[in-house]
Amino acid sequence: MRLPCPLCGARDIREFSHMGAALARPDGGDWGPDWNDYLHNRDNPAGQTEELWYHGQGCGGWLVVTRDTVRHEVRGARLAGEGAGA
Amino acid sequence: MRFSALRILKEGLTGNRGWQAHWADATPKDRYEVVIIGGGGHGLATAYYLAARHGITNVAVLEKGYLGGGNVGRNTTIVRANYGLPGNSEFYSHSLRLWEGLEQELNYNVMMSQRGVLNLCHSDGQRDAFARRGNAMRNQGDDAELLDREGVRRMVPFLDFESARFPIHGGLLQRRAGTARHDAVAWGFARGASARGVDLIQNCEVTGIDIADGRVTGVQTTRGAIRAGKVAMIVAGRSSQVAAMAGMRLPIESHVLQAFVTEGLKPCLDHVVTFGMGHFYISQSDKGGLVFGGDLDFYASYAARGNLPMAEHVMEAGLALMPMIGNAQLLRSWGGIMDMSPDGSPIIDRTHVEGLIVNCGWCYGGFKAVPGSGDVTAHLIATGTPHPVAARFRLDRFATGRGLMDEEGTGSQHNLH
Repeated sequence: MRLPCPLCGARDIREFSHMGAALARPDGGDWGPDWNDYLHNRDNPAGQTEELWYHGQGCGGWLVVTRDTVRHEVRGARLAGEGAGA
Repeated sequence: MRFSALRILKEGLTGNRGWQAHWADATPKDRYEVVIIGGGGHGLATAYYLAARHGITNVAVLEKGYLGGGNVGRNTTIVRANYGLPGNSEFYSHSLRLWEGLEQELNYNVMMSQRGVLNLCHSDGQRDAFARRGNAMRNQGDDAELLDREGVRRMVPFLDFESARFPIHGGLLQRRAGTARHDAVAWGFARGASARGVDLIQNCEVTGIDIADGRVTGVQTTRGAIRAGKVAMIVAGRSSQVAAMAGMRLPIESHVLQAFVTEGLKPCLDHVVTFGMGHFYISQSDKGGLVFGGDLDFYASYAARGNLPMAEHVMEAGLALMPMIGNAQLLRSWGGIMDMSPDGSPIIDRTHVEGLIVNCGWCYGGFKAVPGSGDVTAHLIATGTPHPVAARFRLDRFATGRGLMDEEGTGSQHNLH
């Protein structure tokens, strides 16, 4: 698998770390169902998903990658600063 | 049909014409007392123990593919009970004891081979951690021996003891642990369940879960609607999809774990050896192939195959540990879809829907749990209360923070186990 880093171009998957589903972080500091959903519960889709990848051995950027979990097809990537989470 | 040495002799002398199918391929009825979604190891074992221990035989096991075609046929066959935390400790101990009597219980040769599992350690700190784990294993009633370097060398002299990065300091040995024939485990439970009246229904995918007034009433399938008093979801890597049919969002992320086997070789490796620092473990099958694997590919995946970087990493670790395997030809590799939970421990619990049971979160350790999981899930279905050795496998432990079972001590969070 190669991921299309917006800053570096297509790079080998070994340069990246998978950091889990790209989710919107809840507002507020108190523990509640929204935090439990954010930390633990997952849609875990069989098919297209949006997830965070960290380009640790490249530019250090955090990416939101659109990928198919069944086919391992990578459909695109953008910088997480441009909006993470559905 | 009962298997025995006498029977084999008789069949051998009469042309092997008397053997029968091991189980019946059933067609679905309109209604069952219990419907089990998933005809893998855990689902079949649950069906077997429901019938054998609780007398509940009006049961259907629904499998979307073929029986035993999922993770129970895609693992590395290792059986052990070397967990340290309360909750896991008593459960895996219970499961190992069931393994030890499984062939007699099922009248089926699951080729249980208690050849010993040896975990290697490479530093003083790791040896201390192994001593503690070994004590935990002995406290739970199982066996554990801490070996020094010479003790390991006597058992497995062909390892690279002089590795500069990870010199072998010793190991933790559980002699009662070992391997079993993975397919035979599924077949044995299927046969036992079928003989007691359980319907095993293949090519039957569940497409919906019917709920009325907060209670499960049945399932929709590709072979029609089936009414049910109770429904158990036991589908490992596909847990999120099935639970979503009941409006649930599970604390599960599915990942791919690869394993590999070489061509058949003469006997050279008598035990299961694990090399934790390289994320590598290996044993030799009865056919002679070296069966080995490593870590997750570490990205969410439903593909029953992995990518090459992890394959390369596993080979490197294997050669670092056992240089002698370098000449063996790799025969096959495969991937299983692991239902990873945040704390690395399983979930067997009731749900917000009455009569609906969930069994998932086995991460990459589901095979050794097969008999134990079947026994305690059957207990939960039959009695409505958790089995004492599985009472901590609660679904709500992530929401409450109480009773998390994080064996690795890395935190209760996806991506860490």
